[in-house]
Amino acid sequence: MRSFTYERASDAQAAARAVMDQPNAKFIAGGTNLLDLMKLQIETPAHLIDVSRLPLAKIEQTDSGLRIGALVRNSALAADRHVREVYPVLSEALLAGASGQLRNKATTGGNLLQRTRCFYFYNRDKPCNKREPGSGCSALEGINRNNAVLAANNTCIAVHPSDMAVAMMALNAKVETVSAAGTTRTITLNDFYTPPDTHPNIETQLKPGELITSVSLPPPPSGGQVYRKVRDRASYAFALVSVAVAGNQIALGGVAYKPWRASKAEAALGSGASPTAAAEAELIGAKGYGGNDFKIPLVRRIIASTLAQSREKSRA
Amino acid sequence: MPDLAPGYPRNILDEDRQGVLGRPLNRVDGPLKVSGRATYAYEYAGAGKVAYGFIVGAGISNGRIISIDTAEAKVVPGVLLILTHANAPKQATYVTADKVGEHGGSPYGVARPFLVDAQVHYYGEPVALVVAESFENARDAAARVRVRYANGHKPVTRVKASRAYAPKDVRGFLPTDSIVGDFNSAFAAAPVKIDATYETPYQNHHAIEPLSSMAVWDNGAVTVYVSAQLATDCHSVIASTLQLPPEKVRIICKYVGGGFGSKLATEADAVLSALAARELGRPVKTALTRQQVVVNAAHRTESIQRVRLGAAKDGKLIALAHESIGHTATFDEFTEQIVDSTRHLYAAPNRITTHRLVRLDLPMPGDMRAPGEAIGMLAFEQAMDELAYATALDPIELRIRNEPKMHPETGKPFSTRNLLECYREGAKRFGWEKRPARPGSMRDGRWLIGYGMSASIRSNFMAAAKARARLAPDGRVTVQTAMTDIGTGTYTIYTQIAAESMGVPVELVTVEIGDTRLPPSPGSGGSWGAGSSGSAIYYACHALRERMAKAAGLSDPAQLSIKDARVTAGGRSLALAAFMQQYAPQGLEAEGEIKPGKEMQDYSQNAYGACFAEVAVNLDSGEPRLRRMLGVFTAGRILNAKTARSQAIGGLIWGLSSALHEETFVDERYGQFINNDLTGYHFAAHADAVNVDALFLPEVDDKSNPLKSKGVGELAICGSGAAVANAIYNACGVRVRSYPITLDKLFLDSKFPTA
Repeated sequence: MRSFTYERASDAQAAARAVMDQPNAKFIAGGTNLLDLMKLQIETPAHLIDVSRLPLAKIEQTDSGLRIGALVRNSALAADRHVREVYPVLSEALLAGASGQLRNKATTGGNLLQRTRCFYFYNRDKPCNKREPGSGCSALEGINRNNAVLAANNTCIAVHPSDMAVAMMALNAKVETVSAAGTTRTITLNDFYTPPDTHPNIETQLKPGELITSVSLPPPPSGGQVYRKVRDRASYAFALVSVAVAGNQIALGGVAYKPWRASKAEAALGSGASPTAAAEAELIGAKGYGGNDFKIPLVRRIIASTLAQSREKSRA
Repeated sequence: MPDLAPGYPRNILDEDRQGVLGRPLNRVDGPLKVSGRATYAYEYAGAGKVAYGFIVGAGISNGRIISIDTAEAKVVPGVLLILTHANAPKQATYVTADKVGEHGGSPYGVARPFLVDAQVHYYGEPVALVVAESFENARDAAARVRVRYANGHKPVTRVKASRAYAPKDVRGFLPTDSIVGDFNSAFAAAPVKIDATYETPYQNHHAIEPLSSMAVWDNGAVTVYVSAQLATDCHSVIASTLQLPPEKVRIICKYVGGGFGSKLATEADAVLSALAARELGRPVKTALTRQQVVVNAAHRTESIQRVRLGAAKDGKLIALAHESIGHTATFDEFTEQIVDSTRHLYAAPNRITTHRLVRLDLPMPGDMRAPGEAIGMLAFEQAMDELAYATALDPIELRIRNEPKMHPETGKPFSTRNLLECYREGAKRFGWEKRPARPGSMRDGRWLIGYGMSASIRSNFMAAAKARARLAPDGRVTVQTAMTDIGTGTYTIYTQIAAESMGVPVELVTVEIGDTRLPPSPGSGGSWGAGSSGSAIYYACHALRERMAKAAGLSDPAQLSIKDARVTAGGRSLALAAFMQQYAPQGLEAEGEIKPGKEMQDYSQNAYGACFAEVAVNLDSGEPRLRRMLGVFTAGRILNAKTARSQAIGGLIWGLSSALHEETFVDERYGQFINNDLTGYHFAAHADAVNVDALFLPEVDDKSNPLKSKGVGELAICGSGAAVANAIYNACGVRVRSYPITLDKLFLDSKFPTA
């Protein structure tokens, strides 16, 4: 860990300004990912702005759905009665992620911004374009069991590791932010993450200093909701593949640089395709890199079985 | 009949007068551990201001260091010292396995120098130690040490038959190969044949407490607080490596946060802390990060194992062959005894077992819980399951038909062997009769359900040990040995042995271990700590009772009866404290010693068991999940029912892990273990290890030691993984011969059931 300075933010805009004003400053909330990265010197902030005490920890029902404060803990969000009743896919996804201890610390905003678990991102002496732009991608021809099969390229084949975000993607979530200048904006979660293209080190649309204040969800679509996570073990493991279904809306985890909205599958279903055919439609152009080839047939199977399960739920 | 050793006679422990031995006593060190008062190596304060070491590991798998630039590291605030091969103090020469005999005989007690020269032998090999005023600054400075390398050859990192050679022997005490009868002809003629090749992956230790040490010098003598399994051997390593007289070295390891083989060897943390502390004239402590443990502690070899079974139609084995290939390092030799359990387990007149090795550009492999059996039985016990299906026999019935009456290779008698009883009792308790005979035929919703079983066998070992027992004037008993407790319950069972031997309540017993000023112990390894040092404690207590009798003027210690700290002798009864006041007001002391006797040679000594597993395999994803698991074991006298059961449950879970999860990925381009943290290296945790239970059947083995116990620690991992693998086959009809059995190997298989 590099030496760093630390301050506690008094309000959201001041926090944004503090990060904007200082070179190499970062927000810290739960710290469940950032501190690990700092110990390994994958993140080396010179200054930390602690936002964890800002008044952004409310879950509010609004006219247009639900607003989840950026500092709502994963465990609190998963346990929220309204969330469990109206957005069960979100509660299920949260509980499928991490461990009890981590969920107690991890925040909603931080969860969206967690970094990939690609082995090469964590092994600092290995080429990794996400960690060190221009150095190359070790995973392409390396150990890539956990890596992406959709929308990846030779620059980076890392996946976004969140479960929560996959459910939010299926629920048409929007991210609300505040900038150093005090302006707020709303970004759909689908647009929030930027593709790896040439700069996999840049992962979101957020501008320097821009702070996530909340995530909003519209009312859920009609129909059953299911989160299905396929993992190598039942305790604390990132998804190999996950599928969130909310009505006719489908999102995938463990397959791309972001929680992946399966819009092609949705369109196919809309045209009367079978679940398997819909899954096939989504996987046109999917590419494996050796160790993760199995994910393509696995996604096909799990989309189909999860859709079947959600329909059963819907009938019940 | 040859003249066999008679075994250990009936003794005071058999009388069970005090009634504490074997009982489920809670851990005597439990309150200290859960309240944070048990002091681990890295937590000692040290005399003087402690400095912190951090190791810099090599960035290549083989080649040479061209230069080490420390300019940027040196200016990090608080940096005190940077040791590299260019300035490291002189150390003794590394002693390779073939020379261990000339240096005391223990492979874990010979010189282990670090930072010797510019040569790099494996990725992560220590190339520098940075010492600073704080851990954080030492670590930051370590990241700023710039090492330039001349790369050697493309790393060779996988076990392949084409590169294999036969080691001269296996670890100096087992034959490389065993051959009985004529395997080839018998196998060729056998009506039923299995010929299958199994693979097991690299596995890594991840004890909760990483390797860590603190070294403190005082007037030319060094005390090293270290997280070690073998205090006595660690003492030899430090003394010989630093070329110090033995009396100038003291090792302290009172509490150890898990070992399982990873802390048998003395590693760079201890040696480099000792060197740096001497240079700086102040205490130095060094702990490894999780990632560093992966390269600095022993790992388990990858293996390829070919098993051939030739049987009659009734399942009786006519021929068996178990041929293994593992790896060793380029610079030294370690052979995991992969096929050793096969030599003891089943009857068959024609047999071959072999060990082969490949030299790889990886760190030295080493011992990991139940070295040999743990992976050998993953292969062999799955092959037996394949034979059960090929002969249409129940897997238990097949094993019963191949139960030997004497050791199948040496003809020696077994000291005890109650394996059949384990099968029967286990089958009854598990509900084995509900096993679906046809794979893939039992379902529960979207899950395929299967049952599997395996045998367990683990060799029983003993090594020379000494102990001291003291009886204070107030009747308190203290026993001492340089043993360690790596979390297994050593403090607790020694308390029970001493209490039973002396006839006092456990509250009056104090156990002192983990210090090389105490009588030498072979330490915690090979599940021999209870039988070895525990027996030495029994003998020390026995000698103490002789002293008591003598002090009281009795001709025979048998005239002295003690229970609940009350002495009865010659018709008189008095409190132990009063006895001491009267006859030995200064207190009494005695020593005890055990050495492996003729019993070790005359009898085949093993602990046994039967493991049962029920698994569910998801029809959509192929995810294999345990539903329940049971192990039924016999291991001589059980010294503590609770700690033994805990160890057995831990072993079952470890077996489950090796069947389903554990795998270190090696990146062949870099010769590097790449999933080097607990996110990437999976083992069964709470939600995976559900409904696991174990029990021990009553047994007393009078050929093992005076306690009549056998090692229990490593028994349950032997075979339990195969029980899980066999249950998976029973669930879904897919036979996976490459461990771990991950979901992709199941659902992609053409035999995997469709919805």
